[in-house]
Amino acid sequence: MKFGVIVFPGSNCDHDAYHVISKHVGQPVEFIWHKETDLSDFDAVIVPGGFSYGDYLRAGALAQFSPVMKAVKEFAAEGKFVFGICNGFQILCEAGLLPGALIRNKNLHFICKHVNLKVESNHTPYTSEIEQGQVLSIPIAHAEGNYVCDDETFHQLEENNQIIFRYCDESGEITDESNPNGARSNIAGICNQDRNVLGMMPHPERACEGLLGSNDGKNIFRSLTKAIAAHG
Amino acid sequence: MKAKVYVTLKPSVLDPQGKAIHHSVELLGFEKINDVRQGKYFEIALDAALTETEARETAEKIAKDVLANPVIEDYRVEIVQ
Repeated sequence: MKFGVIVFPGSNCDHDAYHVISKHVGQPVEFIWHKETDLSDFDAVIVPGGFSYGDYLRAGALAQFSPVMKAVKEFAAEGKFVFGICNGFQILCEAGLLPGALIRNKNLHFICKHVNLKVESNHTPYTSEIEQGQVLSIPIAHAEGNYVCDDETFHQLEENNQIIFRYCDESGEITDESNPNGARSNIAGICNQDRNVLGMMPHPERACEGLLGSNDGKNIFRSLTKAIAAHG
Repeated sequence: MKAKVYVTLKPSVLDPQGKAIHHSVELLGFEKINDVRQGKYFEIALDAALTETEARETAEKIAKDVLANPVIEDYRVEIVQ
């Protein structure tokens, strides 16, 4: 089993992801420079957070043209696991691997805080070890996390059970007050139809150590590890 | 030859930056301002050897593939000599 963490110019959560996979998940992991075109050594690829290409043009827009992204698309088409976190989620949307887009937060602020996330589905390789409806405490850190999509896409997401995480209050209620960025229907994370590609704005890699205030992210990586073992 | 490309958010997409600008414009005392929408403007210098049709086709493709995200944005291309 091997994880890869893609590094674009401007990625800055790549080391956090690497640290969590190597130290807390205990699996082999390698950085993948964005000019790489062969991912055949890997079972799962993490597209990490940060500011790829300085967020020029739109967040994630220029990273979609990096050579590695063609390989990531093929990798995803083979049913292998692609996990986009924060800027990684933005990149996967820009690249068309996930539907919709992420625009400027409704209140314009860069928001950095712990939020409550409701696990809407555990029928994914990323949430299988978590109980449906469970509330996770995981931090967000973004200015463009406001998820938008047209009505048709939204209905497809709902019908196919592709909305995996929603912002909620402490008791798991989906409320306007608990929506930090104006995202449609409090959407914090979605998967593709085949459920092997997942993108989320919150940072589970920053919630794997009690010292950092939460361990709740660990179960996401634990689920993924189990899925890779079953897949391989 | 030059292509001017205007990229704007679709009318259905919320524009928090435009709203903030609108608010500031009103604070300055401007009246009867109904709305402000923010967009992007690009100038692409193209080789003079291209015909206007070729230049337009190239600029349209760049706008569609790179400059605009069709999920949230519209674009308009103008060619000037």
